[in-house]
Amino acid sequence: MTIVEGPVREAVPQGPLKTPFYPRVAKIDTVNQWHEWKGFSSPDALYCEDLEYFSIRNGTAVFDLSPMTKYRVTGPDAMDYLNRLVTRDMAKIKPGRVAYAVWCDDQGQVIDDGTIFHLREGEYRICCQERHFAWFQAATIGFDVDVVHETEDIAGLAVQGPTSYSVLKTMGVEGLEDLKPFGLIHVDFQGTEMMVSRTGFTADLGYELWIDPAKALDLWDALFEAGENFKIRAIGTHALELARIEAGYLAPYAEFLPVDETIRTGRSRSPLELGLEWLVDFKKPNFNGRRALAEEKRKGSTWRLVKLDIEGNKVADSSYIFSNSKAKGESIGFITSAAWSPVCKQNIALGTVRTPHGKPGDTVWVEIYYQREMHWNREMAKATVVDKPFWFPPRRGATPPGPY
Amino acid sequence: MKSYDAIVVGAGHNGLTTAAFLAKAGLDVVCVEKNDYIGGATVSRNLYKDWWYSNCSYVCSLLRPEIYRSLELHKHGLQVTPYDGSVTLMENGDYYGGYHDAEAAYREDARFSRKDADAHKNYSADTMRQCRLIRDFLLRTAPDPTSFKPRDLMELARIGGKLNEMGEDRLGETIRFWTMSVAEYLDEYFETDVIKTALSASGIIGTALGIHSPGTAYVLLHHYMGDVDGNVGAWGFARGGTGAVSKAIAGAFQAEGGEIRTEAGVDKFIVKGGKVTGVALDNGDEVHADVVVSAMDVKRTFLNCMDKSDLPEKFYNRVENFKIRGSSGKINIALDGLPTFPALPKGSPLYSADIHFTDSMERMERAYDDWKDGTWSKDPYIDMTIPTTNDPTMAPPGKHFMSCFIQYCPRQVHGRDWTQEDKDGFQKSVFDQISNYSPDFKDLVLHAEVRTPQDIENEIGITEGNIFHGELTMDQLMFNRPIPGFAQYRSPIGGLYMCGSSNHPGGGIMGAPGANAAREILMDLRRPNTVPENFGDD
Repeated sequence: MTIVEGPVREAVPQGPLKTPFYPRVAKIDTVNQWHEWKGFSSPDALYCEDLEYFSIRNGTAVFDLSPMTKYRVTGPDAMDYLNRLVTRDMAKIKPGRVAYAVWCDDQGQVIDDGTIFHLREGEYRICCQERHFAWFQAATIGFDVDVVHETEDIAGLAVQGPTSYSVLKTMGVEGLEDLKPFGLIHVDFQGTEMMVSRTGFTADLGYELWIDPAKALDLWDALFEAGENFKIRAIGTHALELARIEAGYLAPYAEFLPVDETIRTGRSRSPLELGLEWLVDFKKPNFNGRRALAEEKRKGSTWRLVKLDIEGNKVADSSYIFSNSKAKGESIGFITSAAWSPVCKQNIALGTVRTPHGKPGDTVWVEIYYQREMHWNREMAKATVVDKPFWFPPRRGATPPGPY
Repeated sequence: MKSYDAIVVGAGHNGLTTAAFLAKAGLDVVCVEKNDYIGGATVSRNLYKDWWYSNCSYVCSLLRPEIYRSLELHKHGLQVTPYDGSVTLMENGDYYGGYHDAEAAYREDARFSRKDADAHKNYSADTMRQCRLIRDFLLRTAPDPTSFKPRDLMELARIGGKLNEMGEDRLGETIRFWTMSVAEYLDEYFETDVIKTALSASGIIGTALGIHSPGTAYVLLHHYMGDVDGNVGAWGFARGGTGAVSKAIAGAFQAEGGEIRTEAGVDKFIVKGGKVTGVALDNGDEVHADVVVSAMDVKRTFLNCMDKSDLPEKFYNRVENFKIRGSSGKINIALDGLPTFPALPKGSPLYSADIHFTDSMERMERAYDDWKDGTWSKDPYIDMTIPTTNDPTMAPPGKHFMSCFIQYCPRQVHGRDWTQEDKDGFQKSVFDQISNYSPDFKDLVLHAEVRTPQDIENEIGITEGNIFHGELTMDQLMFNRPIPGFAQYRSPIGGLYMCGSSNHPGGGIMGAPGANAAREILMDLRRPNTVPENFGDD
């Protein structure tokens, strides 16, 4: 063997990368608070997270969701492939529609959730938080289907809030009048195809825009120009997270852990334990986890996801949940996400409790620790299990949408 | 002649650990060591000018934090600093880097295969699940499955509970994992040859098996189950070399009033009426105690230092058949400067990583073929580190110490002892491989200490120079280690105990066999226990 001499391969980048929108986001950023999101820099906040939150509920909030993991699924068996992969019936999701879905391992435990866009006949995009290429590839066995990782090939923006329809209309997007929640259309943006879906993480009127990264900055500029009179603002993750909890949506690593990353058995959750039974179609003859989920349905689940309306105003971060006000005996569960809801003026939380506790209407008690000027206080707060999202305004589903 | 409460034979890190915990319980303890230095294979020696080598073991992860804390090793000079990553330099001029930063590691994997990059997290979770199971047993005595003593039954029930709690599916995976080869295990996750190769080495290090040999998947755990400050799987350097570990434990022992006698090799255990009464030293002296603890490996203990007639025949046969084959060598090198590896970017943090040159599973297995042929690998697997990129104490400023662990290297060459010519050939195969990737390496070499298994056996005393005091396969683990029925640190001879790595939970700078043995001895002596309990991961 001869001596190896260069050329030297550059080391892979260390630390977070920049998204296609980074130059614009960084330019308006005034607080310099960033975190890493799946290998990319993402802002916690850009100027003030409280005000950013209100742009979701009052105007239009723009959030860079380019780091979301994306896969393209194509081929003659694309639908059959997805039908074995996820628990819900994908045959019902026609082209131009979007499906929220979960996928499980053979034990019926959730690997991840995400949205599946039926872009065109037989052509799908899976959009999710975690990376699953190994799993999605393994799941192709027996199907004539192509799965391609395309995270870096598509830039994405969430455009959410009551004036979002007006902003996009002003920007020149046509066809939004008839676009219902979980619908998608392809439109032209300055000569480039842009996909617009009526989806989001906020339970408000809102859209997501998907485009070639080369047009990302043009899109940003056009959007903010169009939004000038519609209270448009860019936001960071903290504001979105608050809206997410109000909507009662699940977040991985909060409400569930991807089962393939859990070390301890019993730390994962099934769709039934996450209140997602409506996504499990037992009429399908075969899908990953079907046998285990059918068994669980027969025998009953161990855990139940609860939405809690908690009395008082002390946020119940990381709290234990008890069946009684004295915190006697073992806790029945714990809080997974909590917030004071500015729009509902409610102390809200998501949690996981052992069955049979946590039926809608049940009363539970939450042990809250909170700090005031260095000193810690403890409060047992009464909480009611609710079954509806905390925030779900009519304007979210209005078609055609209102102007504001 | 003075007599003691206990004699510990061998001042390696396990012997010293046992000695320290016994002394802490108030026993009058002497530790006898054949060499004129302490540490056994956990040693740093000054063989050339101002260079200090980690002559045998060279990195640290398994050392039980419970022992570290309980013996206050920081007060006796020990500091373990974590280091980052690993790299495999490839024949085609590329390299595969393993980074501490999760995203950098992901990107590096994805350069070869996106699928492998995603599968890596599943591989890590599945392997960590096995680590978690085994970590729980490190500071516990393995139960005897044939015993009806309440303590054994309770421990067995505890193990049963741990397995049961994994669930049927994961329990099935666990049983497969214990018996399968590391190559098969990796095939279930990865498609890229160099990624599999880089990960496979942990399955064969210190083991006379190839990556395709059944049972090697388990050996992985011995390289993953350790931790540095709770980061499971992380590795560190002891400041000053691994000898700092032995020195610190010796310091703790002496602070409790313990006595260390060097150049005091044991010729024989003195056995009277089935009970040990002391040891006869090479120099003719005798030292007496009712408790004698051997930190030597099980073969040396019972085959070299005892009358055969004192041992049950079956036990003797089992000891004879204990697998403790020489499979690895070591070369320690003083360097005049930092060698360049042109494939790596200048100033790359990977210079401080574990550096490897074996980039295919085929080469890995071929290296084992040479061993089976009775010779050293002509294209060896080298685990190379340059501790002085982290540690300012081991070489003069600007100079470096390079440690090369080499697999495979047999105890005998074609059935005969090593000659100087053989040793030169062994060194050449290593030097040639390194200089293939580092043109200036050979010119920088000032001094090299070449250690074959024969050298390690002769100097340190470990049979065949096996770094784990016996291979870590299921037939020699837990209640089978070293011998079924004698896995609780006791021997067939009354008062004679074992505390070396031939015992559960095995080798590595762990201290667990030493600590566990001390706990058993104190229990037999009805003395208060000084050995800490497992911190626990949950």
